[in-house]
Amino acid sequence: MLESYLPILVLIAIALLFALGSVTFSFIFGPKKYSAVKFAPYECGMPLFGTARERFSVKFYIVAMLFILFDIEAVFLYPWAVVFKRLGMFGFIEMGVFIVILLVGYAYVWKKGALEWE
Amino acid sequence: MPEMLSLSNDPILFVTVMLAKILAVFIVVILIVAYATYAERKIIGRMQTRLGPTMTGPLGLLQPIADGLKLFFKEDIIPAQASKFAFVLAPMMILVPAFITIAVVPFGGNVVVGGYTVPLQIADLNVGILYILAMAGLGVYGIVLAGWASNNKYSLLGGVRSAAQMISYELAAGLSIISVFMLSETLSLRGIVEAQAGGITDWYIFSQPLAFCLFVITSLAEVNRTPFDLPEAETELVSGFCTEYSSMKYALFFMAEYANMVVISAVTATLFLGGPAGPFPGAINLLLKIFFFMFVFIWIRATFPRVKYNQLMYMGWKIFLPLALLNIVITGAVVVF
Repeated sequence: MLESYLPILVLIAIALLFALGSVTFSFIFGPKKYSAVKFAPYECGMPLFGTARERFSVKFYIVAMLFILFDIEAVFLYPWAVVFKRLGMFGFIEMGVFIVILLVGYAYVWKKGALEWE
Repeated sequence: MPEMLSLSNDPILFVTVMLAKILAVFIVVILIVAYATYAERKIIGRMQTRLGPTMTGPLGLLQPIADGLKLFFKEDIIPAQASKFAFVLAPMMILVPAFITIAVVPFGGNVVVGGYTVPLQIADLNVGILYILAMAGLGVYGIVLAGWASNNKYSLLGGVRSAAQMISYELAAGLSIISVFMLSETLSLRGIVEAQAGGITDWYIFSQPLAFCLFVITSLAEVNRTPFDLPEAETELVSGFCTEYSSMKYALFFMAEYANMVVISAVTATLFLGGPAGPFPGAINLLLKIFFFMFVFIWIRATFPRVKYNQLMYMGWKIFLPLALLNIVITGAVVVF
């Protein structure tokens, strides 16, 4: 267990050091001149209007929810795919039923218009 | 074959070999990332009958180094309204997953070091593919965080869009490769390479052409490359989620994008093209396959215009997702009957 994951922990540490190091380096060596306008949010050269903390389309939330549902289904498919050849016909029919149920939900979502972006 | 080198039979040699492999891979990835920016400018330049960089060094070969140095010495701006901690954290949260995904990709067979067998791979996880998908999923956090922490409406919209795009295509990419595991019966990348070891006809690109096409296109969308680079659609959202970033933090986003390209090239080569199999010594074959895919991605950027957001979501949910499911059913039917 430790043997397979130890290299990944070391790699994470190296990647993190690299990221931290380069950000710190540029923070230390870069010029620093303060001006109120420069530190204001970018607005294509105009004075700032409105705020960034606005509401955005509910569609993004729907996509996030659909993603969680379908991703869980996808995760179920992984262990099944690995043992698929050993399960044979039984596994095929079982998963067929599972995918049909998934498709019913998918058709419902499609019909309700949750996948439309107009 | 001698005994496998492990932490129990020779800890010092194990740690040394591990560090050597990690550093070698890390340096190679950084070099590819640096010179991919050069190659991209040169290739796209030639495709548009321009020359690309020529002034820095012979043939402009020092351009990536000059760009890197320039970004190092630029002012590091953190906008006054930004959430400072999250703003600094975000580029690192994108870069780290992009660089560590490569750990499970095998770059050769086994070699014998000091009387023990050493696999040419940083970590041979038995759930290698799940690890890759998990790391790809982590990248989304960095982008949303960058968009939100900048406290700028363009960044926020770019970040949210990007997140929706990435999760939609992650789903399709994840589903499209399931048919490969139905044939290989393992999730370990080394196992998948061994399953394709019987010569070029065993490569999964020939038994799974649909899965291959789906995976390449959806991965391209997942790493936000043209023609799916909606998050940084500069004509409407300035630079998307990295609008407020400057200096090395901006460079980290850039490096993460190219590192992700390297990773999906390597993963595609491993899953569908036999990984390190080929006429040359292992790692060179894999590098050639990676360069081939990188070239294709650059070529695609020079050829296709950007898609619209509704087209993007339409393709992800209404074309790629059903096609991936259909491919699983067809593969299952072919294997069973």
